[in-house]
Amino acid sequence: MNIVVCIKQVPGTTKVKINPETGTLIRDGVEAVVNPFDEYAIEEALRIREKVGGVVKVITMGPPQAETALRSAIAMGADEAYLISDRAFAGSDTWATSYTVSRGIQTLGKVDLIICGKQAIDGDTAQVGPGVAEMLGLPYVAWVRKVEEITDSHIRVERLMEEGYDVVEMPLPGLITVVKEINTPRMASLKGKMKAKSAQINIINASSMQVDMARLGLKGSPTQVLRSFVPERKTGGEKIKDELPVMVDKLKSTILDLGIVK
Amino acid sequence: MGIKVDLEKCIGCSLCVRACAQSAIQIIEKKAKIDLEKCNLCSACVEACKKYSAISITKDVAENGIDISQFKNVAVFIEQREGKISGVSYEMLGEGRKLADGLGEKLIAVLLGNKMQDQANDLVKYGADKVYYVDGPDVARFSDDTYAHVVSDFINKEKPAIFLAGATAVGRSFIPKVAAKVYGGLVADCTKLEIDPEKKLLLGTRPAFGGNLMATIICPHHRPQMATVRHKVMKQAVRDESRNGEVVLVSASSTGAVERTKIIDIVKEVESTVNITEADIIVSGGRGMQKPEKFSLIKDLAEALGGAVGASRAAVDAGWIPYSHQVGQTGKTVCPKLYVACGISGSVQHMAGMQSSDYIIAINKDPDADIFQIANLGIVGDALEVLPALTAAFKERLGK
Repeated sequence: MNIVVCIKQVPGTTKVKINPETGTLIRDGVEAVVNPFDEYAIEEALRIREKVGGVVKVITMGPPQAETALRSAIAMGADEAYLISDRAFAGSDTWATSYTVSRGIQTLGKVDLIICGKQAIDGDTAQVGPGVAEMLGLPYVAWVRKVEEITDSHIRVERLMEEGYDVVEMPLPGLITVVKEINTPRMASLKGKMKAKSAQINIINASSMQVDMARLGLKGSPTQVLRSFVPERKTGGEKIKDELPVMVDKLKSTILDLGIVK
Repeated sequence: MGIKVDLEKCIGCSLCVRACAQSAIQIIEKKAKIDLEKCNLCSACVEACKKYSAISITKDVAENGIDISQFKNVAVFIEQREGKISGVSYEMLGEGRKLADGLGEKLIAVLLGNKMQDQANDLVKYGADKVYYVDGPDVARFSDDTYAHVVSDFINKEKPAIFLAGATAVGRSFIPKVAAKVYGGLVADCTKLEIDPEKKLLLGTRPAFGGNLMATIICPHHRPQMATVRHKVMKQAVRDESRNGEVVLVSASSTGAVERTKIIDIVKEVESTVNITEADIIVSGGRGMQKPEKFSLIKDLAEALGGAVGASRAAVDAGWIPYSHQVGQTGKTVCPKLYVACGISGSVQHMAGMQSSDYIIAINKDPDADIFQIANLGIVGDALEVLPALTAAFKERLGK
């Protein structure tokens, strides 16, 4: 089985802090990491490979330095790495990114299953997975929390919904996006890390794909960022430390004043 | 196409350096220098440099062959589950009505369902000028291929300038497929929608970086301008019996949709009866609850207040409550009217999922817990003592 995992390099957000004076993001010392949701995607691909055999190919679109994310995936156990990178892709929104990634995947030959994390933690859009599925004409299931069964011709999964889950079956080739609940990603082994160091990173640029150049990058993107800004932070309100009955009274009256308790 | 620094205007103040999420800008010899390999043209620096206007982004005019003047009216997707229209749909109708009025255009409601003619007629009372009702067993419940096909078909026929849907599990699953099909510009998970009065463009504002950065996004040359909208942010439409409108009935079987996915089973597994993304009140517990038995104190208060139960990642990872209750970056994003955080210290990831709540109460033993920085009311105390007393106070009030 040929499994493709789409990943993204994102800033490691645990350290994202706001500078209280300027109100801007402090980026110093923030390392780039594999988007956490994509680690679940890589792990699931490895587990499926272990079960039914096959090849796991990781692919990302980004600047040259995004290759470190691909190497992390190799260290976990992925077999091949592909970096879609070209200045022509700069400024891509989710539509142009979906288009570019789908055309990049087309250069990989036969694909049976594509796995994406449900969303990236920097943009939070959750739009590229479904966009890629649509542009490759593949069936798709979002928010997968469990792969119940997989054969060469179909997959049955559990899709996480607001109030529970749906059991959904679809034919392969197809695309799924996965949520955190699906597994616990493995740590890279020492052997894996050694392999990652010397692994070949295959570069895919605009000229090596069959693309309509007008649909790439900023020019091919329907949406544009008009402005971005740091939201006004809620500043802490009243803080009370007192005897229990006093605090409970205060809580009760505050909640009742909101007028939402029936 | 590209980004430029006007060296005459740049004073080397480094505001742009701090605004850049890609670490693409350095100050070299007192002038900003942008590394084009790293820059993704997000425009955060342009905004940061408003005072000096030294940075500009230019873009080629898109030649996509789309005549945007053909597109008008505001359309909203009406979500239903088991024949019941969900709350977020009334929010879409309320917001859609405002946008349509601002543009002087019509509001169209798009409903897919089986034997829902009465509910379809009712949407007129909630503000729709026209209801596009697709009826049949094939669209009774959500499936990606069919819904994406039917909604794309609607867009191609009716050519709405704006298309809105709830940012729900369903909306966020299939609306991106629709945008991919029709080459529309889709803004995910908006918390604010406005119309630019001059250009008549939709301005969609949304959180990114887990709510640490807000971005306002436009779709100037493509149609429709699409957005998914977060629950509980917009006001629900109010029913008005005097409203009139037309209902167009379309047979689902006539749309030619081919479904490849098959739903085998639908399983409900939320412990409390209230869905946390739609709840007005959420009582949430974290590591400070200490053990699984004590987590029931959270459920008790939630029940007494008529709210839903949330949890931090720590509580979910400890196995005290299922993942479907997790609030935060790797769980659900919520914005209830009241969020009560109990024994939750307030990690960046947790706060990203709940900081847009209208009113936040934090109960924590540690007076320095980060959660107090965003709480409207902070109680420095042990949640294990405060919760039972508070629950008792509310039960007493309700005579339970």
